[in-house]
Amino acid sequence: MALIEIRNLTKSFGNLKAVDDISLDIESGEFITLLGPSGSGKTTVLRMIAGFEDPDAGLIKLNGEDITHLPPFDRDVNTVFQDYALFPHMSVQENVEYGLRTRKVPKAERAKQAIAAIASVKLEETVDRLPHQLSGGQRQRIALARALVLRPRVLLLDEPLGALDRQLREEMQVELKKIQRDAGITFVFVTHDQEEAMRMSDRIVVFNSGRIEQVGTPEQVYEEPRTNFVAGFLGTANIFTADMASKLLGTSSTVSIRPERIRLQALGTKIDKSETSIVGTIHEAAFVGANTIYIIETEFGMKLTVRKTNTELLGQDDSFVAGDQVMAVWRNSHVAQIPV
Amino acid sequence: MSTKSTSKGSQPISSFLLRKPKVRLISLLTLPMTWIVGVYIVSLFLLLITAFWNVDPFTSRVRPGFTLENFIMIFTVPAYIATSIRTLFIALSVTAICVLLAVPLGIYMAKIANPRLRNFLAVAITLPLWAGYLVKIIAMRLVFTEEGFFNWFMAPFGIRGPGFSIPIVILTLTYLWFPYMALPVYTAIRQIPPNLFDASSDMGAKGFTTVYRVVIPLIVPAIIAGSVFTFSLSLGDYLAARFTGGATQMIGSIIAANINLNPPVAAAYSMIPIAFVVIYLMVARRTGSLERM
Repeated sequence: MALIEIRNLTKSFGNLKAVDDISLDIESGEFITLLGPSGSGKTTVLRMIAGFEDPDAGLIKLNGEDITHLPPFDRDVNTVFQDYALFPHMSVQENVEYGLRTRKVPKAERAKQAIAAIASVKLEETVDRLPHQLSGGQRQRIALARALVLRPRVLLLDEPLGALDRQLREEMQVELKKIQRDAGITFVFVTHDQEEAMRMSDRIVVFNSGRIEQVGTPEQVYEEPRTNFVAGFLGTANIFTADMASKLLGTSSTVSIRPERIRLQALGTKIDKSETSIVGTIHEAAFVGANTIYIIETEFGMKLTVRKTNTELLGQDDSFVAGDQVMAVWRNSHVAQIPV
Repeated sequence: MSTKSTSKGSQPISSFLLRKPKVRLISLLTLPMTWIVGVYIVSLFLLLITAFWNVDPFTSRVRPGFTLENFIMIFTVPAYIATSIRTLFIALSVTAICVLLAVPLGIYMAKIANPRLRNFLAVAITLPLWAGYLVKIIAMRLVFTEEGFFNWFMAPFGIRGPGFSIPIVILTLTYLWFPYMALPVYTAIRQIPPNLFDASSDMGAKGFTTVYRVVIPLIVPAIIAGSVFTFSLSLGDYLAARFTGGATQMIGSIIAANINLNPPVAAAYSMIPIAFVVIYLMVARRTGSLERM
């Protein structure tokens, strides 16, 4: 039995269907990410699991118990908020003790637990400070400690790294993943950053317009996207619509091929028989450091994005420039069929 | 270089002021300083001096001089002491009632009511401010007089109002000053980020705990700001006592009675409400709540 079972969950705000009949199972101990653009319903789902929003229809079960309409304070889940929601008038330690205090944990015991939790995020020296005296990254870690000290079955994280700069965010991604693995707590993580989702998650749930597009491991959603949306949202994809595919490739279904799986060859050079090629003109060649991104224009107005990793110095390998006619080549097995 | 081009620009006065900060300061502050120092401080100072003068018992004319008689009288004559304590009690009660009403109302308006109801309530709170002060006192008088609305309305239930007395004075003053408490409190509650409420309930706190541990501490500055109004306005009032208090006397009543008969006593007695407010603010500062205002 899954730890969290969500069945036919629906929520509207006015005329807007924020969450439209979704069902999902979340397993105990997994790191699952709800991924989607803003307004896709991922945060609303999280808020319904937390109890901040009341669903219009559907069911949420935690550990077999129906919690659909329970208030937040009666659920064994805790939340880390997007902008941390630390209480500005309480010190770091008082913030972390807050949940223990509402649970009537004796004073000495709750101080001990709070300090241990603050130590686990390596911020012992900040216990007496007020939240506004902390940096963004420190606030984030205190918010995490405040939720973890309650040892919830499930920790909900609502874009917790969104406000951090890139370097700090990457550090926190590693740290969060480690904390999750060590504590064995189920993490439900909301983000719109696909790289972050792939880096941390056991499974990714891709949301679009209030519906689930696909659920799968990072590899699955990347390599076997089930919809055009998923193919386009995770990384870059060259999508051949059924029409385009039949004209250019001679197949009849919609397919997607990743830019890094395409290589460019001079016209007339040989390719393997397990490979496909189409001819086009380089429209643009952009050097972006580790990679060079080519935009290739082919017949029927189809544009292909190709990413070449710059393993050689620029100009020391057979690089192409804008205006060159080239063959775009890829292995047939790298083509993902999109069923929808 | 750039100042040269500005001075040639189309706003000679602003660029002149920009280059002469002292002139700018003087032109900004002359008028308000004249008001504060010339009118406000000087008159208060004169009041303080008058408190040490006395009245010639034969001619009834004010005699400049220095005597502590007026203050000794205020602190020794039982009627004066009782009136001071009564006034303090009334002002504190008014403030407490205003807080007790304003906090739940503010939470309801800011967090529960829909926008239309919220706007309606905001207007309803401020509406009494549009009516004159005396009008409201007379309205309360009409409600609580012997054959007034209250007694008429409650007669079927066998309830009679207390008549003009201290409770009615407290009620009238609460009615008069409530907007000054309700508005800052409501504004402060609206400014609390919504996710602090979510976070509190997420960590197991029910509504009352959240109000007690999160809302109240965060709106203390607003409560202090509001209470400075309710407290000091109540301390200084005498018309509410006069028209709805029956025989109730407040500090203001005695000052008003002495203002022509014995100005030095009136002046000395005026120091009492000022002292109360100063003490009140010092206590507030002790608790650290003024720093966050």
